[in-house]
Amino acid sequence: MTATLTRPKLPTALVEGLDDPATDGAVKTKELMIVAESGDLERTWATTILASTAAAGEMKVSIFFTFWGLFTLVRPEVRVTGTNWMQKMLAMMNRPGIDHAKLSKLNFAGMGPWMMKKLAKQYGVAEPRELLEMAQALGVRLIPCQMSMDMMGITADQLIDGVEPAVGAAAALELMTNADASLFI
Amino acid sequence: MTVTTPIAKTVDARGLSCPLPIVKTALAIKEIGSGDLLEVLATDPGSTKDFTAWSTTTGHQLVESSVDGKVFRYVVRKK
Repeated sequence: MTATLTRPKLPTALVEGLDDPATDGAVKTKELMIVAESGDLERTWATTILASTAAAGEMKVSIFFTFWGLFTLVRPEVRVTGTNWMQKMLAMMNRPGIDHAKLSKLNFAGMGPWMMKKLAKQYGVAEPRELLEMAQALGVRLIPCQMSMDMMGITADQLIDGVEPAVGAAAALELMTNADASLFI
Repeated sequence: MTVTTPIAKTVDARGLSCPLPIVKTALAIKEIGSGDLLEVLATDPGSTKDFTAWSTTTGHQLVESSVDGKVFRYVVRKK
């Protein structure tokens, strides 16, 4: 059976749950690119759910972490990042690390995220950190933004294991244009 | 469909919500050989459609999809 060489459309099976005999598993590997710009808890959840699920479906997945999204990749034991007082202030007021993400709404000084995680546990929903770890185990590429690292004074050794070397906007755009789906979260 | 090949590995995803049953299945399938069977137990009602879709996109054959009370059982043959 020959594969169609046109740009693949979104698989109908994903939408309708139906078998598509036309593809016969002979389609090009689909690629998903996510720009994780927000470090908010609900958005980090969306990013990690989509990335891990796409990787589970054997898609090639890369996530570009920029601006507040970069804080998601900071090691849990790193409390304050930055070298000058302004960068340090940023980290003091907005603690880095995936376990410290705040809700954009109803944060209530941490009460909102605490309740949300309590609910997640009750309903068997994985936390963003667990999802990110599973995504890494399934080969999701984690790519930090160089400009954000420089501006916020975050160094490569402060980021979790398995993160790729930082890149710039042009490299991120190349990933986006090559992907079948690109999301800005 | 009657399964005669023994199950190589079982994923217990009971009580787990989307996307964990699928993600845990994808992690487990890496640990078995081609042609081996993977059994997944789940309670997430959305998992039936998820497993059909996942099987179509990945090419791993869904050889069984059944339900016993509240527990869904899927058997996947690794491609």
